[in-house]
Amino acid sequence: MSADVLAVAEHRRGDLRDVSLELLTAGRELADETGGDLHAAVISGDVEAFGDRLNREGVDAVHTVAHGEEFNHDVYAQAVTTLIDEFDPAYVLAPNSVNGFDYVPAVADRLSIPLVTDVTDLAVDGSELTATREFHGGKTEGTVEIAGDRAALTIRAGGWPAASGNGDATVEPFEVEIDESAVRSTVTGFEEVGGGDVDITDADVLVSIGRGIREEDNLDLIFDLADAMDATVSASQPIIDNGWLPADHQVGQSGKVVTPEVYIAIGISGAVQHVAGMKGAETIVAINDDPSAPIFDIADYGIVDDLFEVVPALTEEFAG
Amino acid sequence: MNVLVAVTEAAVPDDEFEINGTEIDEQYLTYELNEWDEYALEEAAGLAEAHDNVEITTVTVGPERAEETIRKGLAKGADRAVRVWDDELAAVDLLAPATKARLLAGVAAQEEPELILAGAQSSDDSFGATGVALAAQLGYEWAAVINQLELDNDRGVATVHRELEGGVEELTEVELPAVATIQTGINEPRYASLRGIRQAQRKPLDVHTPADLGVESVASPLSLSELVEPESESNVSLFEGGAERTAGELAGVLREKGVEA
Ligand SMILES: Cc1cc2nc3c(=O)[nH]c(=O)nc-3n(C[C@H](O)[C@H](O)[C@H](O)COP(=O)(O)OP(=O)(O)OC[C@H]3O[C@@H](n4cnc5c(N)ncnc54)[C@H](O)[C@@H]3O)c2cc1C
Repeated sequence: MSADVLAVAEHRRGDLRDVSLELLTAGRELADETGGDLHAAVISGDVEAFGDRLNREGVDAVHTVAHGEEFNHDVYAQAVTTLIDEFDPAYVLAPNSVNGFDYVPAVADRLSIPLVTDVTDLAVDGSELTATREFHGGKTEGTVEIAGDRAALTIRAGGWPAASGNGDATVEPFEVEIDESAVRSTVTGFEEVGGGDVDITDADVLVSIGRGIREEDNLDLIFDLADAMDATVSASQPIIDNGWLPADHQVGQSGKVVTPEVYIAIGISGAVQHVAGMKGAETIVAINDDPSAPIFDIADYGIVDDLFEVVPALTEEFAG
Repeated sequence: MNVLVAVTEAAVPDDEFEINGTEIDEQYLTYELNEWDEYALEEAAGLAEAHDNVEITTVTVGPERAEETIRKGLAKGADRAVRVWDDELAAVDLLAPATKARLLAGVAAQEEPELILAGAQSSDDSFGATGVALAAQLGYEWAAVINQLELDNDRGVATVHRELEGGVEELTEVELPAVATIQTGINEPRYASLRGIRQAQRKPLDVHTPADLGVESVASPLSLSELVEPESESNVSLFEGGAERTAGELAGVLREKGVEA
């Protein structure tokens, strides 16, 4: 039996998020393997405009669910559950995003379908679906076999190219009777995380520090290096969490996306949420005493050594 | 008010490790209180200080080994702990978030908490799904990946900030009872005091089997068929030798790229 795929797009404050188009590519590949159709759906906001943008090559149907402006998990959970009831897809794809975290597990639970999150690859063998994903902060990668013939899957951003080309799908409104009494959450607004006086996105050279620095006092080592190289200091999330640097210094998924000429990651493991913010740097340097740290997978140059040895020596080089 | 905190142990591999079958060899693993759960525990402890009559219970799905970690939670302010385990669970190689949620829901049904806190994810499996699946099981409201939480018991709501992508936070009100999944940085986790550590030894820690909680099967729809160290697609050039040498060589490359004081 052919198995259909439903890809649920994501948007925020008027913009369709890029991962929505990547989702279509993952969905098309999966549908090709099962011989099924690819349905796309978009819920809330300017669904007509979003629906047209989702109409890419390989998409068989686009369903638009008009209800409110922004993401609300109660509305999404109801709408996606209804879409699944109606179109009976075997596989439901959504972005592995903060909003994906906020409704996909609820849908999977209500429909009793297995859920695998943060998927980086998918394969179908007969009727069995396997999903590849990272474990242990990227130090291992596992192949997950999913029992049964249905699954909800959240897809890692950047894992598939964006779908392109114009599609010839029908873009049609889909009516969902939202039970308002079950909408028990209200999104009241958005807030940008505090701006400071340094704009790390402007810097040509970033010296970026992670948990490997251990203590706040040790940050002086990093400031000295940045001074010597005329660079700007940025950081991974734990440094911001500890309050050692202001929030606008954070690189990564929840922070800033930076594209400097040189990015020097010091004592940073290279978690996916960090890498999301710096993989576009022209040259990436990693200093880390763990040779298996994932940061080395994307680095151009690396030193596997104790940062407390290397950083002062490097400062010395530039301070001359 | 009862607050339930889901606490898990995360398996942290050594820098160098070996994989046997679909598991990292035990000798290369240390088990730690999951980083995100530290923040969840602190958030609960903060609520207990700010509001009257807050009782904090932690719940952990894990083997006896986890009791050391559970005591850490008790030392940081939890009043009681529940651990769920049996041999059948021990044999599951990849516990699905939904299965975990069913077990936690069994405990929640007994405790009837007004608020449940869980880490946004665990650092080993990183499904990031257990908390919301638990809310769905219980019919509670929920909010995922929050970095600010305020309770308004009079209105029966929690006001939260959700940490979205790109330095944007979503401000949301959810009705209680609710599950909140906690992002790092929401607070500053405290160190356990010596007194706390001593008291923790005497606090109740109950152990239940899934059957005690009315969960008949813990069979997981997910299983691991392979676990590998990811093939590195890296083209990294490593500098080798002592720090002076490597720093010197790196400095040479950086100068070529125009880095200078
Ligand atoms: C929803 C969500 C959003 C997130 N957003 C972000 C984000 O925007 N930005 C971000 O950075 N993270 C983010 N994270 C967190 C992310 O998952 C990681 O926890 C975080 O990036 C780890 O930071 P780190 O690399 O500094 O610390 P760790 O992972 O602890 O790494 C520390 C590294 O330092 C090395 N080290 C230790 N001592 C030394 C030494 N003496 N010399 C050399 N090296 C040493 C270690 O080998 C290790 O590799 C997010 C997580 C979630 C769930």
